[in-house]
Amino acid sequence: MSLGVDDVNGQEQPPSGAGESHQGRGGDLPKTLTGIRGLDEITRGGLPTGRPTLVCGGPGSGKTLLALTFLVNGALHFDEPGVLMTFEENEEEIASDVASLGFDLPELVKAQKLAVDYVRVERSEIEETGEYDLEGLFVRLDHAIRTVGARRVVLDTIESLFAGLKNDTILRSELRRLFRWLKEQGVTALITGERGDGALTRQGLEEYVSDAVILLDHRVHDQVSTRRLRVVKYRGSHHGTNEYPFLIDADGISVLPVSSLALQHEAPLDRVSSGVAHLDEMLSGEGYYRGSTILVSGTAGTGKTSLAAHFLDAACRRGERCLCFLFEESPQQLLRNMRSIGIDLEPWMASGLLQFHADRPSRYGLETHLVTMHQAVADFRPAVTVIDPVTNLMTVGTYTDVQAMLTRLIDHLKTANITAMLTSLMPGQGDIERTETTISSLMDTWIVLANDQVGNRHRRGLYVLKSRGMAHSNEQCEFVMTNHGLDLLEGAAATPRVVDEVEYGSAEGGARHAVV
Amino acid sequence: MQLSEHETATQSPEGQTYSLRLYVAGQTPKSVLAFTNLKQICEQHLLGRYQIEIIDLMENPQLARGDQILAVPTLVRRLPEPIKKIIGDLSNTERVLVGLDLRVRQ
Repeated sequence: MSLGVDDVNGQEQPPSGAGESHQGRGGDLPKTLTGIRGLDEITRGGLPTGRPTLVCGGPGSGKTLLALTFLVNGALHFDEPGVLMTFEENEEEIASDVASLGFDLPELVKAQKLAVDYVRVERSEIEETGEYDLEGLFVRLDHAIRTVGARRVVLDTIESLFAGLKNDTILRSELRRLFRWLKEQGVTALITGERGDGALTRQGLEEYVSDAVILLDHRVHDQVSTRRLRVVKYRGSHHGTNEYPFLIDADGISVLPVSSLALQHEAPLDRVSSGVAHLDEMLSGEGYYRGSTILVSGTAGTGKTSLAAHFLDAACRRGERCLCFLFEESPQQLLRNMRSIGIDLEPWMASGLLQFHADRPSRYGLETHLVTMHQAVADFRPAVTVIDPVTNLMTVGTYTDVQAMLTRLIDHLKTANITAMLTSLMPGQGDIERTETTISSLMDTWIVLANDQVGNRHRRGLYVLKSRGMAHSNEQCEFVMTNHGLDLLEGAAATPRVVDEVEYGSAEGGARHAVV
Repeated sequence: MQLSEHETATQSPEGQTYSLRLYVAGQTPKSVLAFTNLKQICEQHLLGRYQIEIIDLMENPQLARGDQILAVPTLVRRLPEPIKKIIGDLSNTERVLVGLDLRVRQ
């Protein structure tokens, strides 16, 4: 598991090595890190130590996986052995379920870091007569906890008992006793529960486990599935209240908490070249701010990708790692096209400085795109990221969804101090509005590319619509595509300059656009 | 009352020997009651062909897994097969007999 880039709110990352502190921060309430990327940020340090947490969700929502990840991370990374008491699947089934994630349960059991006890209750095999209690269950749990010296316990899914035993009254009072007992043992427990109609769990487990409740949800919208996680309740602690997208893939679970960000990113003063000397001049002579977000918008064929290629090339020349998300072309297409204007990105790709991620927008839901992009950034740790074109993502989700997703993504990139360039394809000049309202307020620098026709000649134009915090050229200037790239024509830079006030909202953009 | 570890009887000619296990967790009123009830039922219906083994999970917690014990007291009929389980203090003789297949379910 690679950690570190998604360092949110200055919060500590779950340490990945053994022997480090497993106690998260979060005020007075001691917390236990889950080691699940994102979840520890939302909960500001993990689950309440020594208390039970309820994880509920429908079938296939990832409850068991989340619970097991909590256990396995505890055993592997935090020196906290665990007990898994499973009521639905036996040891072998559970082990093979999570083997694909690289969890070797039998090995952990062998190493005495994990104890697994499969509790099978078959109603048809059991006759009930008279009073009883569930001391047998307590004995087993106690025995398992002692065997490995467990600090973490997972009960998955204890509600199965309701199907196996007839006496609800006994069962309920015994469950109450069980959760109290778990607290007395001081183990951090995670109890899974099946989502019920109109209630968090079918059997109302939330009545008993009320310290923390996490809800998992798996929705399919327009044939695209998204998983979401929400911390419904966390007694005695602040927590993010939004629904956070999460993904289950070969690396396990990751949750994206980036929208929980306060506006706290650093604002570095150093600058990076746009790769076009003349454009740097227009941007008060030095180019973009490092860690800022640049939008390049224009209709088809105005040179957006070329401008992005210049930027990538310049970054690679500085020896910076670049990650480029393509939602329209394949990397090969882009390499070929850019070679035709004299930008050869192939060596950078070969040397590993430049990495491409090409995907069809329609292949996943927005959340999945967000999570995969997030992961790619976390894995590659680039200094520069290009998304070409970001507008293609907008076809995947609703307006608000797209905005929320881009906000999260851009916030994340800014926090990681990654300079990002997003290209935006506008179907026609009039549609600048759409891009504008969706993302313009998130952008630090906005460059508009436009073609106009003079006589029977297409004239390529470029202007800096805004660039926060610097004196930039206010002029639209003409450029040509040459065999050494994008070439701004002389005279353009010698223009009056304005200093943008830090503006929010779309009024300014719209007004400027009307002038063009 | 003393819970005896083994109550053995010789096989009677007219039926199979019943091999029974009673799981308890300490000498609680419930477990004592269950044993008393069980003893009575066996004497009445299985005279001379039963064997009761008491397992106290407080002493042998590791034994709970094998027979999938959850509730206590739990009576397990190990023989004749198939294995049967009756949980509770065995206060309802009728149900115990049904559970042990000594009486047909009505």
